[in-house]
Amino acid sequence: MDAYRAAEEVARTSYGRLVASIARSTRDIAAAEDALADALLAALERWPVDGIPDRPEAWLTTVARRRVIGAIRRAGTASRNQADLVRLRDELDERTESSVIPDSRLELMYACAHPAIDRSVRSALMLQTVLGLDAARIASAFVVAPATMGQRLSRAKAKIRDAGIPLAVPAANELPARTASVLDAVYAAFGTGWDDPDGTDAKRRGLTGEAIRLARLVVELLPEDAEARGLLALMLHSEARRPARRADDGSFVPLAEQDVSRWSPPMMTEAEHQLAVASRLRRIGPYQLHAAIQSVHNRRIVTGITDWRSIARLYDGLVELQPSIGAMVAQAAAHGEAENPAAGLALLDAIDESLVATYQPYWVTRAHLLVGIGDRTAAREAATRAIGLTTDSAVRRHLLATLPTDAGPSSGPDRAETP
Amino acid sequence: MEYMLIMNESTQNFEQRDDPDDSQAYWAGWMAYVGALNEAGVVRAGGALQAPHTATTVRSRNGEIVVEDGPFADSKEQLGGYFVIEVADLDEALGWARRCPSAVSASVEVRPLLSMAG
Repeated sequence: MDAYRAAEEVARTSYGRLVASIARSTRDIAAAEDALADALLAALERWPVDGIPDRPEAWLTTVARRRVIGAIRRAGTASRNQADLVRLRDELDERTESSVIPDSRLELMYACAHPAIDRSVRSALMLQTVLGLDAARIASAFVVAPATMGQRLSRAKAKIRDAGIPLAVPAANELPARTASVLDAVYAAFGTGWDDPDGTDAKRRGLTGEAIRLARLVVELLPEDAEARGLLALMLHSEARRPARRADDGSFVPLAEQDVSRWSPPMMTEAEHQLAVASRLRRIGPYQLHAAIQSVHNRRIVTGITDWRSIARLYDGLVELQPSIGAMVAQAAAHGEAENPAAGLALLDAIDESLVATYQPYWVTRAHLLVGIGDRTAAREAATRAIGLTTDSAVRRHLLATLPTDAGPSSGPDRAETP
Repeated sequence: MEYMLIMNESTQNFEQRDDPDDSQAYWAGWMAYVGALNEAGVVRAGGALQAPHTATTVRSRNGEIVVEDGPFADSKEQLGGYFVIEVADLDEALGWARRCPSAVSASVEVRPLLSMAG
């Protein structure tokens, strides 16, 4: 392997590990990233001449750490920096002796998803610091200007450094809540790709693949956490259906009409495995229930039918555990299928009106169920309201095409699929 | 790191201080909290403030001094006291903020002190 490829390979596979290791004692992620970039440049100069070192990661870490020490020295004599300097020098000595670079990526993720960091930036921060994604790529997935995303990310890194947010695994009494916030941030990254599955432009395709990488990492680092496995299973089950969510002409295909031969069996198998391990851990949680629901949907690839009764029961459990608007609407839809449309409508009617005014899936579901009881006029009104709230152009075209007429075939709009 | 715990209290809290029925419970909560902080040896400084109606606000504008009765902002929560603590990181500081009686009745803001050269 040539020196350039070797450096690139280490940067790609070990980025988060190296950043976490360098930033751990100073909490200065931006400085660690800069130092690592410098170290990679140095590698491109040195490795072709001196040969690729035996332990490329250790080489890069040592060089990067020296850069950080140099930067702190130049910055002056603030007492906090002096303390950092001492810690860094100690680490430098330790690391030179031992060949293993400790994996602090989990600690880094806890810092990125810390409650003191604004929720809206946690996913982006994790994607950048753990996977090394650049701000422009993240910005396009979150649909904001690259400069804006760059600012948000540097503000968050400054908060971690200046407010003293630790790169550490939280204390036991806080661990469940803090882990949940890591998982939520990973799932939010997945959500960027779900709403925009067209995939014509790689940059706009969202971050589902990256989110799955993050989830795999969390499972690897927290193997005993059932919800981490639940989250990974949920994302794999959803991602398995991605190729079927659009027809060849780019039009939206609702779940019920998807061609199951376009689903990905290997992803579904991996999801089922994660879910099985999670259930043996005997700590049920929302992500596992979500994953179980997607698992029942995906079983259609084998059975040819959808077991709506099981899905309805799982949504009942989910609503009890975590009564979000999304879960309540999906619960109504499932009962509409498992029993009859009137049962679904009764559940929809029970939802607080203030929650549904701008919630598109509510109006899609309502229109679908109203068609089911034969009230086409009300169905048309609900479907129109749904169209007005739709952001995905393919879904909008689908809803317009299936808008209920006052008479005629009762196709009705199908529920848009939400993860 | 040094953090200031900026302890805001509600109007009701300030009334509780001298209320014959409530004051004992109010002060017992604070004494226990201050005791725990001292026990842990993390306190660098601290103090309690009298009620907001004792405040006077001063502004100097274009050489003119304006003195006004009352606190800077009229809000439901007002500064009631503060501690400066020295702990390892934000999580430890948040741990102390969470135990504070006014975290329940109002809020506690946690901010790192600017570290000065030395």
